[in-house]
Amino acid sequence: MFRFILSRLGSGLVLIFIVTTGTFFLTHAASVPVALNLAGPAATQEQIDGINAQLGLDRPLITQYATWVQGVLHGDLGRSYFSTEPVSDAMANRLPVTMSVVVLAMIITLIISVILGVLAAARRGVVDTIIQAISTISFVFPAIILGIVLVFVFAITLNWVPAVGFTPFLESPSEWFASVILPAVVLSIGGIASLSAQIRGSLLDELGKDYIKTLRSRGVSERSLLLRHALRNASGPAFTTFSLLFIGLFGAALFVEKIFALPGVGTFGFTATIQGDLPVMLGLTIFSVVLVVVVNLIVDLVSGWLNPKVRLS
Amino acid sequence: MTSQTTDATAAPAARATKKRAGAVRRLLRNPLGVGSLAVLAAVIILGQLGAVLAQHDPNFSSLDAINLPVGSPDYPLGADQYGRDILARLIASINVSLISGAIGAGVAVVVGTSFGLLAGYRGKRTDAVASWSFNLLMTFPALVLVIVLYPVTGGSYQVMMAIFGLFLAPGTFRLVRNMVVGVRAELYVDAARVAGLPTRRILTRHILAVVRGPIIISVAFLASQAIGIQSGLAFLGLGDINVPSFGMMTGDAFANIYLHPDQLVWPSALMALLIGSIILLGNAYRDALAAPQSTVKRDKDARRAPASTQVGHPGADSDSSRSGDGVRTNLLTVRNLRVRYPQTDGSEKAVVDGASLRIDMGEVVGLVGESGSGKTQTAFSILGLLPREARVEADELTLAGEPILGLSPKEMRRFRGGALAYIPQEPMSNLDPSFTVGSQLIEGLRGSMSKREAKELVVGLLDRVGIRDAARVYGSYPHQISGGMAQRVLIAGAVASRPKLLIADEPTTALDVTVQAEILDLLRDLQGEFGMGVLMVTHNFGVVADLCDRVAVMRLGEIVETGDVRTIFREPSHPYTQELVGAILDEETLRTDPPPVARERLEGNR
Repeated sequence: MFRFILSRLGSGLVLIFIVTTGTFFLTHAASVPVALNLAGPAATQEQIDGINAQLGLDRPLITQYATWVQGVLHGDLGRSYFSTEPVSDAMANRLPVTMSVVVLAMIITLIISVILGVLAAARRGVVDTIIQAISTISFVFPAIILGIVLVFVFAITLNWVPAVGFTPFLESPSEWFASVILPAVVLSIGGIASLSAQIRGSLLDELGKDYIKTLRSRGVSERSLLLRHALRNASGPAFTTFSLLFIGLFGAALFVEKIFALPGVGTFGFTATIQGDLPVMLGLTIFSVVLVVVVNLIVDLVSGWLNPKVRLS
Repeated sequence: MTSQTTDATAAPAARATKKRAGAVRRLLRNPLGVGSLAVLAAVIILGQLGAVLAQHDPNFSSLDAINLPVGSPDYPLGADQYGRDILARLIASINVSLISGAIGAGVAVVVGTSFGLLAGYRGKRTDAVASWSFNLLMTFPALVLVIVLYPVTGGSYQVMMAIFGLFLAPGTFRLVRNMVVGVRAELYVDAARVAGLPTRRILTRHILAVVRGPIIISVAFLASQAIGIQSGLAFLGLGDINVPSFGMMTGDAFANIYLHPDQLVWPSALMALLIGSIILLGNAYRDALAAPQSTVKRDKDARRAPASTQVGHPGADSDSSRSGDGVRTNLLTVRNLRVRYPQTDGSEKAVVDGASLRIDMGEVVGLVGESGSGKTQTAFSILGLLPREARVEADELTLAGEPILGLSPKEMRRFRGGALAYIPQEPMSNLDPSFTVGSQLIEGLRGSMSKREAKELVVGLLDRVGIRDAARVYGSYPHQISGGMAQRVLIAGAVASRPKLLIADEPTTALDVTVQAEILDLLRDLQGEFGMGVLMVTHNFGVVADLCDRVAVMRLGEIVETGDVRTIFREPSHPYTQELVGAILDEETLRTDPPPVARERLEGNR
């Protein structure tokens, strides 16, 4: 078990290294006119050179990279070129917004997917059709359209929830919920489509196995066969899908934030990307990759714990 | 010579082509397929007619035209808040979306398929490296990277879609790789290889023919995703402002939502129409490829219907040799059992065809025959454990006088875990790996006793079936015990409910020869102790000679001969039985007590 965790941590570090290094060189080589963006179109060449020198953008790429890596290893992600705010502080301020939406979406996804997946495995027929329909809808109406429709219906027309803005959970849980429920629903549609199909498939696989037949021969109820035995054994693969979903939803959340005007990481990242705010872009990248690694590690641990063979070795 | 091998190995590829041609025909007969194809074609044509239909350049903005309503002269769908022709922009957006879908799906399919073919076909190192890389790529935060790498694209949506396509590739890679691994094992590729065809030709001709269908289906989903992401990026303002797209139009209209919500309808509806037609076309093609299976009608009542026909034949006995014997009472009666399975072409295949069988209380009956003769299907019919699609009928199927065919799972539970018990063939796969031995053994008993009583009973039985340290095994997980021990556990589980009829399906086949003898000993002891009737399904006449009172010989779904074990061994009447009995002379497994050395080794193992 310990070696297993070590090896997963190892490949996690490889992932972090590859992605951040690749992003660093690609974005720095893209020659975004950062200084021009900062100084404005009327700037003289001297002003631009001055800014470049000040930001260190005139140094060789490899030196810039070494400086950046050194900073990261000391927990310093640098400062935004534009607001001069430390990147880590800026991320920390905006993260609760994004994570609120993502976590709520994951909870909705998990609950509805388990219900649909189990019902589909037990009854097939109608529930299968529902899962198919959700899957088709999630493709046909991309997040932006679905989001706009929900804003239009529930926020503008019915006025049930605010159309824009975010209320922190600690300030008012009910207003917090109202401010994140629509984006969370938008995000969860796609998640439900893939996770419920996955759970259904794994359950049907398990229900076809020998041990189910033997348990049934001993008079174990169909309900227990499905909910206790098959579901338990199907939960490993389902968890893996769940972890991939988490990463996907985090990315999708960045898009959805804009529709609901949520002051999250996405809005921040988009502005940075358009302006060429390199430290912020890299900060967002490194945060996402670390998130991927942490989530995968948690999922590995949970699936290991679910599987007695791994747990007891 | 060359032409000859080509002919021989081209056959499967030709078959795949034929199947695909059939799929296209079925697709065109399916209203959903034709409908989505027509809509998609209409949208594409609309995109090509842009210059003819639209009066203005999509980016031309006129102050006079700001927010013109639908139906204005020269502006059939009105104009947006910048005074641009909505129709012209819609038409231009169609083409941007189509190109996005084509690039995204194209990159994903080309990259995923080529590496998938390579990894699946070459295997070993290549496979390991490629699989590792694509698994890593799959965990990349794709959307974040597409956003962050925006400056690299220089604002070109085509480059952005190419990057996104790369992130979509792992799905295709896995699909292709897994199919190739499956196909590679098949004979015809080996044959082509032996015949000396170059690797590249094997890949393209044979494997590609097989994986083409699934790839075409996945293109629909990949293209839809690419179109959705492109519009999302444009909606957020990442992209060339001079390239009109559904996303940008939606974004503009969204900014205008309080004044003119109707402007949102056009881009949203057209995008949904475009993606919807692609997705539904993909679904229809998938259904068309899988058509033979889906045309099979599932007859839900098939298993219930015969229940009515079986009533009212108590005591009917097909086994005339014993019908006069009044000493023993009847336990199981099977009369004219038929088991059929629906086939992909709509017909039905009979695996048991009119089998009749009778077991008296406390009697051990062997059911022998080669694999595929229908003996396990007969046993599972009695237990009610056949898969859903099986159609089971019988003139009579009764246990101690009560009909047990066509019962609901709930009704059947009265018998299973009660009078009826089962010992499977392969011990390890018949234990739930996620639960301890004890917890799965007591589960079926919990209806009739408390948890503590059930535990006491099971631990006692584990001890009785020869497991040392029964309490420890009770709390162990299946992977912690040996195969022989697992079979003892399953036997304990089977006899825990004091069954009247024990059905054992090749209970020793999967075990070591030395363990086999011990398990047979144990079964004999338990049978005597509990006075159970036993149906011993086996292909091994040694086991029959060892344990059984009577034997039924099964062949091609029918019972060809029934009789006393001794009689059958001495003078088998059916030629097939003669053949089987003759064959046991070659078998070494006629039971004898295991040699001391083997016994010692066994004890040590436990």
